[in-house]
Amino acid sequence: MELEALSPQHDYLRIQKKFPTVWCPGCGIGTVMSAIIRAIHELGINKNNIALISGIGCSSRMPIYVDFNTLHTTHGRALPFATGIKMVRPDMKVIVVSGDGDALAIGGNHFIHACRRNIDISMILINNYIYGMTGGQVSPTTPLNSYAHTAPYGSIDPPFDAVNLASSAGATYVARGTTYHIVQTSKYIKKSLEHKGFSMVEVISQCPVLYGRLNDYKTAVKMLYRQKEQAVMLKAWEKLSPEERVDKYPIGEFVENTDRQEYTKTYAELSKQVREEATNGKD
Amino acid sequence: MVKTNGTVKNNGFIEDRYEIRLSGSGGQGLITAGVILAEAISVGDGKNAVHTQSYGPEARGGMARCDVIVSTEEIYFPEATKLDLLLALTQKSSDEYTKLLKDKGILIIDANYVKHKPERPYVAVPFVEATKEKLGLVVATNVVCLGFITQYAKIVSKKSMEYYLAERFPKKFEESNLKALRLGYDLAKEAETGGRFDIKVEESYETEIDRL
Amino acid sequence: MAKKPEIKGTAQFLQGNEAVVEAAIAAGCSFFAGYPITPSTEIAEGCAEKLPLVGGAFIQMEDEIASIAAIIGASLAGAKAMTATSGPGFSLMQENLGFAYIAEVPIVITNVMRGGPSTGLPTKVSQSDVMQARWGTHGDYTPIVITPSSVQEVFDLTIHAFNCSEMLNTPVILLLDEILGHMRERIIIPDTEDIKIENRKYPSVPPEFYKPYSNTPSKVSEFVAFGEGYRYNVTGLTHDEFGFPTSVPGEVEQMLTKLRRKIHTHRKEVILYEEEYMEDATYAVISYGTSARAAMSAVRKARAHGVKAGLLKLKTIWPFPGRKVYQIASSVKGILVAEMNMGQMIREVDRYAMGQCKVAGAFRYDGLVIEPDEIYEKLLELRATK
Repeated sequence: MELEALSPQHDYLRIQKKFPTVWCPGCGIGTVMSAIIRAIHELGINKNNIALISGIGCSSRMPIYVDFNTLHTTHGRALPFATGIKMVRPDMKVIVVSGDGDALAIGGNHFIHACRRNIDISMILINNYIYGMTGGQVSPTTPLNSYAHTAPYGSIDPPFDAVNLASSAGATYVARGTTYHIVQTSKYIKKSLEHKGFSMVEVISQCPVLYGRLNDYKTAVKMLYRQKEQAVMLKAWEKLSPEERVDKYPIGEFVENTDRQEYTKTYAELSKQVREEATNGKD
Repeated sequence: MVKTNGTVKNNGFIEDRYEIRLSGSGGQGLITAGVILAEAISVGDGKNAVHTQSYGPEARGGMARCDVIVSTEEIYFPEATKLDLLLALTQKSSDEYTKLLKDKGILIIDANYVKHKPERPYVAVPFVEATKEKLGLVVATNVVCLGFITQYAKIVSKKSMEYYLAERFPKKFEESNLKALRLGYDLAKEAETGGRFDIKVEESYETEIDRL
Repeated sequence: MAKKPEIKGTAQFLQGNEAVVEAAIAAGCSFFAGYPITPSTEIAEGCAEKLPLVGGAFIQMEDEIASIAAIIGASLAGAKAMTATSGPGFSLMQENLGFAYIAEVPIVITNVMRGGPSTGLPTKVSQSDVMQARWGTHGDYTPIVITPSSVQEVFDLTIHAFNCSEMLNTPVILLLDEILGHMRERIIIPDTEDIKIENRKYPSVPPEFYKPYSNTPSKVSEFVAFGEGYRYNVTGLTHDEFGFPTSVPGEVEQMLTKLRRKIHTHRKEVILYEEEYMEDATYAVISYGTSARAAMSAVRKARAHGVKAGLLKLKTIWPFPGRKVYQIASSVKGILVAEMNMGQMIREVDRYAMGQCKVAGAFRYDGLVIEPDEIYEKLLELRATK
């Protein structure tokens, strides 16, 4: 009971049931979970009206801990499950939490198609550069030459840029933050929840136990400092020369498009129109 | 009602069937024609009819066929094995399916597209040519065939045929379809009276439809 | 193929695939997600046209994996939902089909069988997914698989499929074959008030006492959709009665037992079959789907020739009506299983015949429909063997 008095956060957690979490000490996923809860709290969205869906992986364990309508699905498939929920209940706030392997490898096809449809789902992609739950294998975002248990000599696979991928596939709100810049990141998450259409917020997170240990960032603090060094605000990034951009990445809001109509709204209009035509007896 | 078939005496188990196969190439609309024929027979005339289709992976070209089984009783096996009526619009379909016809089955072939005529009684009608000549378009060939079968085989009432043909397509095609159907009737009347068609009929016989 | 009781309704001339659409809507289906695949595509096309007219929704997904995922989501959001596919798509669906079994989500999957393996024979008939429908996804579970054999049965059994899935919170697989999917027959669509519809049980307790996977005596839990104030967790992990992951051995066993028991305690409602000429039969043909039609012709031909043959036509193949088969095996001299594959159902028949009579198969797997005469010949062979 005392805990609940400490922070409004606890109203949103299944704190009596499923804690502690599976996440390792120093992991960034909890930070992102707090940011999501803060955004929901600030927006005053009713818990009954939120569906939080995930796939498989460390970040995908989040549904178990938060007190919403939660759905923990199969590897990479959170978005199509969420699509079904949103189609039937367009009034519900549908949030998908995914990891880099879940969203960009096994779920890559679902990811680009959800972007393409512009269906109103807020996707929070927690990118820690590695497969954590299975013990530290190379992921589609593992930087070149980084080490992982399936890249013992350094990764030779060029990584995906989730922001560019989402932008070109048609997502209408795209942002990137880090667990170090969590205040800003919370703001992006809040905007993504308010956005009507498909939104993707990539949050660069730290995995000190696997990625960090294999790549010489042995503590969470070291990894967070690395985020501070590498992340550059979009405005500043645009002024950097290609040489200056090496080993750095931009953070900020990349796409904010309110012109394209949201998918379930379009479907509702179409449905209304065909029903009217049917009752008026048109061919 | 049921005919004895060879050595088997009728004891209520021999199915009373009339089997029709419409065959040609994909895109000729024969499967749709079969649907209309079966619907007119079953929903319209109140007999039982089952329609099955067989086609290759192609949407156009390739061999396409459909079967319509007609009976006054319940129909179990849904495909044709011993044909009472075969419509073959291409050489390939004529070659392939003629052997499935019963001895007294009716064979209707396209006079121009089936060049090598089968060694058995047949009625050869220039369906495609006549459609092009009289109606100015080839797409209605399937409806002309339907008209021909309606008039010639007397398996279905004209009233039902006209009704379900009109119902299958948008209203704007109603008139042109009816015209095509009537062209089919006319061709069949010519065939019946031994008109200008290439007809090889050894003897006149009662169509098996009389038993239905 | 017994005489149906006269039902009021409207006569229509429909294809098997079209009848699936009509029946789904009549059963209350309001969501369809699918991906085009021969020979099931007409079902997706029909749903795309008709669902918006009844206030439902259709979506074409990026693949079959996404299609079944979307209908599971839709069902959790409160809609009766369906997808339709054929062999290759059904293979892709196995992953999330397993999810629907463990998470106890009511959905209906129509698989219009074509020849396989792999791309196989897209436009030709087969019944070779019988065992895939039983054992396709990994792990232990008890599926319900339904096999109509006429367009009227497609309509009636699609409704049965939805009813079973809603009654027991489980996926139901409707197995058609290419012939049946594309075959057209006159059917009677009953008036709405004559169609019996089952719906999932709404919780009888307030949210604070709600257990989405409560282990009731009948093993069927009350099931409420997302957004109704009952906030709970759904997972593909082995879970406790609250839906939270568990690996405690007792809880694991309880959950897996529940999945099986909930089907088996409702066997009588789920399992449907028909017997024809079985009263005095000395030889039984067991068949299902389009094969059962050829089998019926063969049985009648045998009767015409003085052979006392009968037919057991299965409408529910899983759970398998083993007791019925055992009982038949004890009263006949031989059983012939007619199916369009290399012999799948015959394994199950053999298992339940328990050596009481001869068991043989009439199989066809060349893409063509099995013919009455083939079955008849096999029946005579069976009779001749010692």
